[in-house]
Amino acid sequence: MIWENILIYFVVIPVLTLAGLAICKNIKQVRAVSVIGATVLMALGVYLLVEFLQLRAAGVADEMLFCGDWMWFEPMNIKLSLGVDGISVAMLLLSCVIVFAGVFASWNMDPLPREYFMWFWLLSTGVFGFFIAIDLFTMFMFYEVALIPMYLLIGVWGSGNKNYSAMKLTLMLMGASALLMLGIIGVYFHSSADGNLTMNLLEIARNNAIPHEWQYFLFPMTFVGFGVLGAMFPFHTWSPDGHASAPTAVSMLHAGVLMKLGGYGCFRIAIYLMPHAANELAWIFLVLTGISVVYGAFSACVQTDLKYINAYSSVSHCGMVLFAILMLNTTAMTGAIMQMLSHGLMTALFFALIGMIYGRTHTRDIRKMGGLMQIMPFLGVGYVIAGLANLGLPGFSGFVAEMTIFVGSFAHADLFHRVLTIMACTAIVITAVYILRVVGKMLYGPVHDEHHRTLTDAVWHEKFAVITLIVCVAGLGCFPNFFNEIIYDSFAPIIKALGAF
Amino acid sequence: MDYSQFLSMPQEIGLVAVFLLVFLYDTFMSKKVQNALPVFTCVVFGLFTIANVFFCEESCSIFGGMFENTQATVAIKAILNIGMLIVLIQSVKWANSEYMTVRRGEFYELLLITLFGMYFMISARHFLMFVIGLETASLPLAALIAFEKNRYESHEAAAKYMFTAIFSSAIFMMGLSFVYALSGSLYFSDIAAMIFGESSTLLIVALAFVIAGVGFKLSLVPFHLWTADVYQGAPTPVTGYLSVISKGAAAFGFMVILVQVFGSVYTVAWKWMMYALIVLTIILGNLFAIRQRNMKRFLAFSSVSQAGYIMLGVVAANEMGLASLMYYVLVYVLSNLAAFGVIGAIENKTGKVMMSDYDGLRSTNPWLSFAMMLAMFSLAGIPPFAGFFSKFFIFAGALSTGDVALYVLVLIALLNTIISLYYYLLVVKAMFINKPGENGAIETFKSACSERLAMIVCVLGIMLVGIVSCIYTYLVDAAETSSALFNIF
Repeated sequence: MIWENILIYFVVIPVLTLAGLAICKNIKQVRAVSVIGATVLMALGVYLLVEFLQLRAAGVADEMLFCGDWMWFEPMNIKLSLGVDGISVAMLLLSCVIVFAGVFASWNMDPLPREYFMWFWLLSTGVFGFFIAIDLFTMFMFYEVALIPMYLLIGVWGSGNKNYSAMKLTLMLMGASALLMLGIIGVYFHSSADGNLTMNLLEIARNNAIPHEWQYFLFPMTFVGFGVLGAMFPFHTWSPDGHASAPTAVSMLHAGVLMKLGGYGCFRIAIYLMPHAANELAWIFLVLTGISVVYGAFSACVQTDLKYINAYSSVSHCGMVLFAILMLNTTAMTGAIMQMLSHGLMTALFFALIGMIYGRTHTRDIRKMGGLMQIMPFLGVGYVIAGLANLGLPGFSGFVAEMTIFVGSFAHADLFHRVLTIMACTAIVITAVYILRVVGKMLYGPVHDEHHRTLTDAVWHEKFAVITLIVCVAGLGCFPNFFNEIIYDSFAPIIKALGAF
Repeated sequence: MDYSQFLSMPQEIGLVAVFLLVFLYDTFMSKKVQNALPVFTCVVFGLFTIANVFFCEESCSIFGGMFENTQATVAIKAILNIGMLIVLIQSVKWANSEYMTVRRGEFYELLLITLFGMYFMISARHFLMFVIGLETASLPLAALIAFEKNRYESHEAAAKYMFTAIFSSAIFMMGLSFVYALSGSLYFSDIAAMIFGESSTLLIVALAFVIAGVGFKLSLVPFHLWTADVYQGAPTPVTGYLSVISKGAAAFGFMVILVQVFGSVYTVAWKWMMYALIVLTIILGNLFAIRQRNMKRFLAFSSVSQAGYIMLGVVAANEMGLASLMYYVLVYVLSNLAAFGVIGAIENKTGKVMMSDYDGLRSTNPWLSFAMMLAMFSLAGIPPFAGFFSKFFIFAGALSTGDVALYVLVLIALLNTIISLYYYLLVVKAMFINKPGENGAIETFKSACSERLAMIVCVLGIMLVGIVSCIYTYLVDAAETSSALFNIF
């Protein structure tokens, strides 16, 4: 039975929460239901981690654990296939943490809190479903489920130029998913040499039957399809506008988790299933993502809106994820996954803090703020921590991730990879520039606006959200080996597939 | 003549029985119960639909092969019945409005007759039979379009429809005469055998005429010019009917003709003709839809582009294409009728049909806007709603041939879904995001029971038809058992 599989509950719980929200009458009930849903999900995530580690420790060496297959559309052999490896477990945990923090960050959502949370949970359903599925059709379906709520979340509850941003974001991401759909159907029709077509990732990889000339066509389709969500240059333009207009928790979820869907998809579908094309065509996308890394960082330097700064910083860091994945070796890929986790957590932290500051000052323009450290020390300290993590200070997650990525990238002995790596490294320096500039201008120095002196510091639910995230960022930074152990096993099959060519 | 042959067409007999019941009720029942006529029709037709879904499984070929029932025809007829039932339920309120009371009997009778004609279009395996079905299906529609006779637009629309219907029939029959000249028969199977291996100019011209003739019915670009005006002018229930049922029947009949009769010139001729038509239809339908401000015109152009997607199933020309086509029609029926249900409810109450009137609808009528949003999402192909599954399968169907040219076609179609998403989101934006205009949003109102019932059926359909996989599985089965169609390849 499907209910005996633990993974399905990652979708069932959000759906139940959604149903619970539908019958809520006031904001207290809405909060209660959301908190219960998020807490149960968090507990489930931790439970899954423990189970997973125990199974691995017991020597179960299967590529995916907790696998299950249920026939769905029989004529096309589409199944609801579930399964997780270390990377999915890590991603699921990340999503749990960010959803949990996001619920607290949107505590005082106004207007229409019930509708807001319903869309929020629909988005979460899509995210969780994507990470537990190993069937192309199911993955793609959940992927699109996660995208569309963004339109209304930004359009109704957003700020600034929200109509434009919401439409741009939705159309660009849906455009990407159009390419993706073609890619997936194409993969399906070439998934097997003997006519037993399948959508199951593992079977496709095992069959390894996609002809090389088709890989040259399908690899760009799927890679660009997911790459747009991973903010790959030149398709990153939805990201700054979208993040700037979105409400706090949506920015958190979007930068924290949704953009990871892009990296995860590139890794799991594009590269894993089409290793030949990945080897041959990686250089094109390496150049593009390399541009993302450096260009994103430079763009962040000239922005004055806090959210824009962070959004461009996200472009840079997510570019780094794709960049590392395309290096096609274990070390760099480990770094990429670390970077996904690290960036997810610290961007969520950033956006949460920005939302809290914006909620008080009603401006996000750094030129109009100053000396906030005296006024709201908790938020100020939180911001400094997030900033330091972002620029890669040892002890926080960013350092471990970036270090691993660049070590892995530099392992390539040829000039092309080395030059690109060195160029990408410069982004670290630029990151320091824009982070320190913001911290200096906004938190220290004289108070610009006397009105700001009347503002108050964080309240309990805000503190709770922030502390949760800081603990995770620091945890990842201090005990990278623990996380490395979770994900390490997962690279063997993909590296093997890549090496076969 | 063996009269027992008639027993092999239970669906047609059932429909005639429904028609007679409605007719007798309308003619002979006393004034007091006349008001129950719409409800009576719905109930009788509902029973017929249910009976249809459960009891018709037989395949047969009767009247010397002029008429054929297969599992696929049974399935598509059942799908049309479901759509018809929704239209009937939606129209109860409208049919009970004051100036409709004396004529509503005719409304239902004409509606049932058109459906009867469509049954014959679907099952015909002889061109004469097909043409009779086609005419029976189109001419009463002209009367239905002109039904609101105190509205100027209604007349204009009826005249336009009448002329295009006649014109397209003429072109179609021109093509038939060429076909007859080539083969000396009007039986589908005979023609196919006679023209096998031939690709003369006359055949291509005949084919072009046939495609153009049916293209008018399906409102494929460039034969779509009547669509927007007619949709705008016709009474809303009739528009709904025209956009889904009529289109679904024509699409199925079209596929049968192209595959069974002209199957041998697939790669030489009609694949490329359909290719061009699909590209034009999808792109132009979408581009024109963006600019529309009247909701009915808007849905008219959206349905033009949807017809292009339906044709992707035709161009695949295999079992999977046929199954996907039927599935797409089913989903399209539910989604489009949900949209027309909302538009009709609002129009009945307030007379407003412009998109700007929908600004801020969510704050006053949350359930109506919810239904409309689902309809838009489903039409745009967003999961987990049915539209996503139907789009996925129609694309998969087109790609299942493995033809590289079709990959390009599907890519074009897919990129166009983004344009369509844009204008569908405009409606969602008006309802959920925009602030009400100067005149305020449409006031809160309670829609009639019948309208609500129809909407609930549509919404449930939109939510469940995709996820519940047995429907698609059944349709694939139906298409595969009817695979005699594809033998010619």
